[in-house]
Amino acid sequence: MSETLLDIRGLKTHFHTFSGLVKAVDGVSFDVRKGEVVGLVGESGGGKSVIGFSILRLIEPPGRIEAGEILFDGEDLTKKSEVEIRAVRGGEIAMVFQDPMTSLNPVYTIGRQMDEMLQLHTELAEPARRARCIRMLEDVGISEAESRLNAYPHQFSGGMRQRVVIAIALLAGSRLIIADEPTTALDVTVQSQILKLMRRQISERGAAMILVTHDLAVVSEMADRIVVLYCGRVVERGRTEDVIAHPAHPYTRGLLDSIPRITDRQHRLRQIPGTVPDIRELGSGCSFRERCFRAQPLCAEKTPELAPVRQTLDAACHFPLEETKA
Amino acid sequence: MTTPVLEVRGLVKAFPVGGGIFERLRFRKGQLLAPQKILRAVNGVNLSIAPGEVMALVGESGCGKSTVAKTIARIYEPTAGEIRIDGQDVSHLGFREMRPVRRKLQMIFQDPYASLDPRQRVKDIVIEPRRAQTGRTMSRKALEEEAVALLARVGLNAEQANRYPHQFSGGQRQRIGIARALSVRPKLIIADEPVSALDVSIQAQILNLMMDLRDEFGLSYLFVSHDLSVVHHIADKIGVMYLGFMVETASRDQLFNQPKHPYTKALLSAAPTVDKALRKPEIEITGEVPSALRLPHGCCFRTRCPLAFDRCAAERPALQAQPDGSSVACHLHDQTSVARSA
Repeated sequence: MSETLLDIRGLKTHFHTFSGLVKAVDGVSFDVRKGEVVGLVGESGGGKSVIGFSILRLIEPPGRIEAGEILFDGEDLTKKSEVEIRAVRGGEIAMVFQDPMTSLNPVYTIGRQMDEMLQLHTELAEPARRARCIRMLEDVGISEAESRLNAYPHQFSGGMRQRVVIAIALLAGSRLIIADEPTTALDVTVQSQILKLMRRQISERGAAMILVTHDLAVVSEMADRIVVLYCGRVVERGRTEDVIAHPAHPYTRGLLDSIPRITDRQHRLRQIPGTVPDIRELGSGCSFRERCFRAQPLCAEKTPELAPVRQTLDAACHFPLEETKA
Repeated sequence: MTTPVLEVRGLVKAFPVGGGIFERLRFRKGQLLAPQKILRAVNGVNLSIAPGEVMALVGESGCGKSTVAKTIARIYEPTAGEIRIDGQDVSHLGFREMRPVRRKLQMIFQDPYASLDPRQRVKDIVIEPRRAQTGRTMSRKALEEEAVALLARVGLNAEQANRYPHQFSGGQRQRIGIARALSVRPKLIIADEPVSALDVSIQAQILNLMMDLRDEFGLSYLFVSHDLSVVHHIADKIGVMYLGFMVETASRDQLFNQPKHPYTKALLSAAPTVDKALRKPEIEITGEVPSALRLPHGCCFRTRCPLAFDRCAAERPALQAQPDGSSVACHLHDQTSVARSA
């Protein structure tokens, strides 16, 4: 087994809003090994994006990291000062956001925005930085890279902009890339190009990636391991093949069943009843119990802890699903 | 044969863009001109939907699928072509003349946040089309009773009828939008990406509801979506659009089992799936969709097509009927040349 790069233990990120305490992330633990892609999946409100922001300490009041450790290469990021964390952001850990239009600055050229990254995180001189920017743009599949350095973001299409954002994320040689819904704003044919590009660049550079998405299909194609979140907690985590083929948590099962499949078409999709509960009003017990077809009285009394169900799979459920025999 | 609920022939929609006259002023050959930039969103689309049938339009952003939907709903006026709803040509009807037609045709929108008036109560939103259609002949009480019944049908209770839209989640708002469309008992509902803003578990609920309502009310749908797996679930037949052209129309099974147009194949292979065993051989396409301001001459897809040859640049392929009943606009499936060489 390869080395652990990032180890998150019992992370709690809470938002103290006027209408109550929102436990957006409530005791999340998982790790990322070197060279690995870990997928964080869940529906809106699951807390998946907040985890990404917490790692880079981009949580602003009323939000706060209340407890837990984020160990990156053995160092706890939650204990670092603001100055120290700035060296990590974009350097050791880079982020790719969903919307490439808002993550690029519209009034600076692509070249200047790329150069800024190298100025901050490397000691390179101007000509060397420029050469590196050009090579990086070529690596992410942008032709005429040299002249493109002088272009502004609005002169690029959505897919091209996302390529630029990925190029910037890779520039400083980051060891961990956090990609928050990187292809959600893109068309399918462009999405598959971008996903392949990310996969290739990550493995060539030996970096690791956390892929945050709501799309189980994207995760199943990209990730080595999957962490499923529901209402700020990890409900299931394990190897991608196991989670997709034999999920142990009823929520994961429900999510997978809700996807219309091209292989078998029933008249009705199996659906998860109800909606995600208000995260401010969660009492004790399993937060999924009201939508769960296996719920029993115990589920309302005791919050299930994440525990190994099978060799490569942990689930937080009192009554996990058996492995289905194909 | 029964009259189709919707029949569209040669639909063209072009938008003049490029700002005011001073921005467009150019000197050319000693003359001062203000050329109009034209965005050709839809370039000659034909389709027809029989009663009770579900047709889906798929394609990537900018392919004109939403423009087709909005032009049929007469939110836009077509530049050319004919739109027949239940046999009646509505392509150039005025606002007032359209009103009786809207009893047959309603629309569901993508964004459940923007499509409901935040200052109206849900019961008023839902019954608004019915009120508009009946003038003042219905009493307030009768309207309210209908609103509550409609909301009950889509899974919302009477107490919720008095609330405002912001008190509902995305999925519930989409239910309200569906109830509103149903209020005049239309024959055809145009649904523009109705589930793309929703989480998967909620998406399944809404798709199931839409299919139940089709059976119950004998509705036809024109379903616009970019998501092939959703389309596969709901549609009887599918039209694939690219840059304002219909490149392939086929029944669901034909399209998914034997896609013919290279673009359709590429779309199918690019769509991510959880069934890994099922990966089809990849048709990789590079680049992105060209601008609709400057359409490539010849075939619209040739700039990205791995199979493009000389003829594709010279001649624009027409949508041709194939022996199996589907239609394809591709020189590789040209029936006249197949016949000649045989």
